[in-house]
Amino acid sequence: MKFMKKKKGSTRVLSTGNEAIGTAAIKAGCKFYAGYPITPQNELIAFMAKNMREKGRAFVQAESEVAAINMVFGSSAAGVRAMTSSSSPGISLKQEGISYLAGCQLPALIVNVQRGGPGLGNIGPSQSDYFQAVKGGGHGDYRLIVLAPSSVQECFDFTLLAFDLADKYRNPAMLLLDAFIGQMAEPLVLSGQRIAHGVKKEWALTGAKGRKANVIRSLFLGEGYLEKWNLSLQKKYKEIEKKEKRWETLNCEESEILFVSYGISSRIARGAAKILREQHNINAGLFRPKTLFPYPYKELRQAAREKKAVFVFELSYGQMVEDVRLALEGEAAVHFYGRAGGEVFTPEGIASFVKKKMK
Amino acid sequence: MAVVKIDKNKCKGCGLCLGVCPQNNLESADEENAKGFIYVKVKAPSKCTGCGLCYLICPDTAIEIYEEEKR
Amino acid sequence: MKAKFKKPDSLRDVSTHYCPGCGHGIVHRLVSEVVDELNLRERIVGVAPVGCAVIAYDYWDFDCSEAAHGRALAVATGIKRSRPDLTVFTYQGDGDLASIGLAETVHAANRGENLTCIFMNNAIYGMTGGQMAPTSLTGQKTITTPLGRDPQQGDGFPLKITEMLALLPKVVYAERRCVCSPPEVIKTKKAIKRGFLNQIENKGFSIIEVLSQCPTVWRKTPSESVKWVKEEMAKAFPLGRIK
Repeated sequence: MKFMKKKKGSTRVLSTGNEAIGTAAIKAGCKFYAGYPITPQNELIAFMAKNMREKGRAFVQAESEVAAINMVFGSSAAGVRAMTSSSSPGISLKQEGISYLAGCQLPALIVNVQRGGPGLGNIGPSQSDYFQAVKGGGHGDYRLIVLAPSSVQECFDFTLLAFDLADKYRNPAMLLLDAFIGQMAEPLVLSGQRIAHGVKKEWALTGAKGRKANVIRSLFLGEGYLEKWNLSLQKKYKEIEKKEKRWETLNCEESEILFVSYGISSRIARGAAKILREQHNINAGLFRPKTLFPYPYKELRQAAREKKAVFVFELSYGQMVEDVRLALEGEAAVHFYGRAGGEVFTPEGIASFVKKKMK
Repeated sequence: MAVVKIDKNKCKGCGLCLGVCPQNNLESADEENAKGFIYVKVKAPSKCTGCGLCYLICPDTAIEIYEEEKR
Repeated sequence: MKAKFKKPDSLRDVSTHYCPGCGHGIVHRLVSEVVDELNLRERIVGVAPVGCAVIAYDYWDFDCSEAAHGRALAVATGIKRSRPDLTVFTYQGDGDLASIGLAETVHAANRGENLTCIFMNNAIYGMTGGQMAPTSLTGQKTITTPLGRDPQQGDGFPLKITEMLALLPKVVYAERRCVCSPPEVIKTKKAIKRGFLNQIENKGFSIIEVLSQCPTVWRKTPSESVKWVKEEMAKAFPLGRIK
């Protein structure tokens, strides 16, 4: 635990985002972790290697990300809380397994600490896997529950939430963060978080004692069966969309323009809003989605009403901005500013872009 | 005494059992079953010794062998 | 009347989709017989492959999971590490185990996962119509080796994966059998039983390779296909206990 510095008697620790995820996973009762080393999430696999083993829980350094996601599949099928973590290229490898998890209705947590891409890219932060996380990635009509923390505290909180939501809906969930949040250290408050216990899993493979045999499958060859299965998945996704949207608004009522940003970008956007207010008398509000699926389309449209302009900032060349345009349906002008390739924009860079657009 | 029961609807007519019966007591029927397979039947039920070799080789568990209870 | 030879309880009373003479039917039954005899039904989990036996769980009456192609041993690792009290086995074809799943196979064996692996080797990709498999024989004509498998032309050699796995310290049992004849069927059942007992006794990784006839895709009658296993396949893949 390199960065977990704890003052005696305190429930406040200094932690990196990666280690906060590990801490929360253990608190949530995660009993199986499989992963493969890849920067920038190596602190998480190291944390799990030490702490899962110390607690007598299962840890496997798998032979590949493909193997890891399939081990998670097995563990989840056995009714156990299971997770894996990786970064962009490794998440690409996991896409088939993720589709299988969704198709078989298995809960699991997949952590993506995004890095520069495409291909081998670099190990800088990015938000370039939004499409992959939210719009598909794997084959078939499925959705992942996607949570986007913007702080070390949220890494912890959203991990607990992700396990709960995954169990509640029998669906895989993804924690979408980046190298910046994964590796930075911030204060983390451990107290007050209830320890989640999960739901009873009647469907799990626990040995057919006193019940009919359970089968975990996504294959339905008979006429109409797969369609019926898919319709039940779609019904589930509609329920998730209705009930599980989470977002944050800052200074949205009075502001003349609106920033829409998530994760680390939202922190930088807040810095830009401060510069614009103090130096240029431009009043910007912030709309920050916490869940990327389900996406708070309605709430965003509401927040954007009567704004002079909407600015979207992402560490990508424009992925979430498409959902913003979908949400607004022409309600306001949308401007996009992004940087990727492992580079990070600055509050000054964003502020200057906004100022130019406002002229 | 051994009693052979062949489920003609399970039989796929693969013929593997025909070659293993030491009594040469199995033969193909003159007709197809509901699935269109020419199923297998016992020539002379009383000749069956209940050795079970046909059961062992049958991929479809179409053959079962029972024994009359000894009094 | 007493049943001398009857369908095992953990084999469902349904017709299978397997071709006439296919080895799957025999080995599915052997697995069920062993499960019944060792009283495993309430604690066993089977992991099905992608291949003709993809719906094996429609024929076995115990807990089962599907797995992505080649990943059965990773899935089984996840299940077994999460619930070590369960008896977990995989049932895989040659493509599943030795091509796309080669890494998962080698590493599960290398980690010495306490699992039982039943490897159905028919030297071809049956489900997809007859392409070359890692275990296809030299000279064997398949859809993707229409002139016959030629190692000198980059087609590779028949992969003796079970011999390779036997090199690993925690592979405690490796045996190759076939189901060509009743005596062979009995030997195969013994091997499967041993594989399950090894797991129950926490000994390590067991692999039972079964040379299995595939009449339809080999374009042979069931009797001819059984002959081909005995006379041709067993030359390239010798029967017997490897470890």
